[in-house]
Amino acid sequence: MKLPIYLDYQATTPVDARVLEAMLPYFSEQFGNAASRSHAFGWKAEESVEHAREQIAAAIGASSKEIIFTSGSTEAINLALKGVAEMYASKGKHLVTSLAEHKAVLDTCKHLEKLGCEVTYLKPDKTARIAPEQVRAAIRPDTVLVALMWANNEVGTLNPIREIGAVCRELGTLFFTDATQAVGKVPVDVEADHVDLLCLSAHKIYGPKGVGALYVRRKNPRVRLAAQMDGGGHERGMRSGTLNVPGIVGLGKACELARTELVAESARCRELRDHLQQRIERELGFVELNGHPSERLPGNLNLSFHFVEGESLIMGISDVAVSSGSACTSASLEPSHVLRAMDVGEDLAHSSIRFGIGRFTTREEVDYAADALVKAVRRLREMSPLYELAQEGVDLKNIQWQGGH
Amino acid sequence: MERIYLDHAATTPLAPEVRAAMEPFWSAEFGNPSSRHALGVRAARALELAREQVAQLLGVDGTQVVFTSGGTEANNLAVLGLARARAKRGRHVLIGPTEHPCVRDAARALLEEGFELETLRLDARGGLDLEHALSRLRPDTVLVAQMLVNNEFGTLYPVARLARLVRANAPQACVHVDAVQALGKVEVSLGELGAHSLALSAHKFHGPKGAGALVLERGLRPRPLVFGGDQEQGLRSGTENVAGLVGLGCAAALVAERLPRARANFAACRAELARELPRLAGAELLEPAGSEGVVPAIGSLLLPGPPAEVWQHHLEARGVFTSVGSACQAKKGGLSPALLALGLDEARAKRVLRLSFARETSPAEVRAGVEALCALAAELRAYA
Repeated sequence: MKLPIYLDYQATTPVDARVLEAMLPYFSEQFGNAASRSHAFGWKAEESVEHAREQIAAAIGASSKEIIFTSGSTEAINLALKGVAEMYASKGKHLVTSLAEHKAVLDTCKHLEKLGCEVTYLKPDKTARIAPEQVRAAIRPDTVLVALMWANNEVGTLNPIREIGAVCRELGTLFFTDATQAVGKVPVDVEADHVDLLCLSAHKIYGPKGVGALYVRRKNPRVRLAAQMDGGGHERGMRSGTLNVPGIVGLGKACELARTELVAESARCRELRDHLQQRIERELGFVELNGHPSERLPGNLNLSFHFVEGESLIMGISDVAVSSGSACTSASLEPSHVLRAMDVGEDLAHSSIRFGIGRFTTREEVDYAADALVKAVRRLREMSPLYELAQEGVDLKNIQWQGGH
Repeated sequence: MERIYLDHAATTPLAPEVRAAMEPFWSAEFGNPSSRHALGVRAARALELAREQVAQLLGVDGTQVVFTSGGTEANNLAVLGLARARAKRGRHVLIGPTEHPCVRDAARALLEEGFELETLRLDARGGLDLEHALSRLRPDTVLVAQMLVNNEFGTLYPVARLARLVRANAPQACVHVDAVQALGKVEVSLGELGAHSLALSAHKFHGPKGAGALVLERGLRPRPLVFGGDQEQGLRSGTENVAGLVGLGCAAALVAERLPRARANFAACRAELARELPRLAGAELLEPAGSEGVVPAIGSLLLPGPPAEVWQHHLEARGVFTSVGSACQAKKGGLSPALLALGLDEARAKRVLRLSFARETSPAEVRAGVEALCALAAELRAYA
């Protein structure tokens, strides 16, 4: 077993050997510019890009003409939100999203607010879920877009996308879903799920960093977008720039693997995840699950440990790579906005750890991580006077603390 | 059949050293630079090293380098971002006469935001008309965007002189330089150009596609185009393309190391082209030298007879790869605005074929390319 053990598959994933193998020729002998259509290098590149488009479309039940390549999910999210808000400004300036979305959605919404849009931020329930009825209640005649993630990157909770999609369809509002964490983990079908726009990212599904895609529905209804990157008119004019051919080929292959291995892989990840969860809960008390008990990504486990501080815990299990909060925000010590939106108290939010299990995780690794974690939590709790009180059966809520705690 | 690739202005193959540098970051060192565990920290460190390499090439500090997904994004970020950041001081924008669509179209998008846009002019020698530029500068000019090396016929523009004029006469304006075609062909330094920002793209100098950078004067902050996550000092959110940017860094280091040799080689290739071309009756090497000359890495030919496209296809059948206009133009099949700006009429503009060299291209390959052209001329005459 190789240390450190990587249990942070929601932050990023290694490139699968099969994906890399597909990409490598495009770094050397097949290095053409896909826009150099008039010569064979260019054709070859373009052909491979079109093949990748089909692989991606197949993974989400779309047609290849509906796939726009971007540099990743963040850019795709920006393009979807700003592109729709700009294009449909004459219909209205209202968007609906949730407080538990990724920063890429929230920060783009904040930007749109500065430009005169109005955004309704739905509050998720304690498991981070948004109910279709909340969406229904929030949609107004001037709502141009509902943007809700498929699977939460921190706590793994799955939104009821199909039902939300149906509400949006019924009320005639476009529906965008950030499926960055969902593709390859749960079945995604833009037709059955009534999705109009969807983004995905290669590096979350064993493809390379720096490439992603935006699905843009072409009929029933046809979605139009204002381009956010100008020049050259690549990608039906929606996204200019020389195509990252090897990256795109990698994304295509990653999507193909995600589609063909989805059932087996999610079953395997779920089993490992459940095993990890059961061990921790069995061997430690005072552990809280963040997220939904069943409607959750198979490879995600987000736990809070009473009487333990998250940073010390992470340092205590230094040969297990995990994350506290999402990778994109973990550079700051503020509690995660997702846990806050779920009303997880500040102390518990600070002691939360996300375990991400993926394609290359083994049972041996999970057991090693469980051993290390249990040991570290026990050690830290031994130093905690609060833990002592709690063990004596004192309800800490009834203690009158001195000073402003 | 031996393959002779003479279209390096469209894209270049990855240098073996670059590929070797990138390799570990696909699968072994795959961390997310925002993660705080060891794997993430190592990815972040690799990114910082790459940033230093790019900074060093351009004579700036690492903090002045913003990584992007390529030249298009870097140019968009500069044009849209700098103009928007200065909109309160003025809304007048100037762009060069032969800008790449990613500068031109971005500037046009500003029209909808109430900006006024003017295009600079070429002078009779194909250079930048600085007198005209001076006459267009205004107190409310907030952006002047000018490419350093023309992507279609290689003219080197007097950007340093333009920047001095701008700084003296339009104090509110930023000078943005699209240096995408310049890196690896001429020496480029942000300070010596006197520019405020500069865009580059890895795949034009033997780095990977999908990686580029915007280099900024210290303290200058364009409005970001992409939000969420606050990577790259908040100027460009999104998980960084670690392997690609490591490749960019390595490619930049190679440029610094190999530029003198590369320049000598470009000159040899261009000399070979000039020497051999007279064998092809009616062909002419475009020399829009302006004040600074043409970079020898790009040679555009005005060919006799049929449109350049016909030559291109026949050349390809003989294993010689060239291009008509830029790759980004090729897709639309339109005429090159840059060639028209040069004063070529439509009929002549259609007959321009671009050859472009790499630091590894040999004069023998150029000669073989001209030989193919000559053989082809005989064949095409037979059809005439």
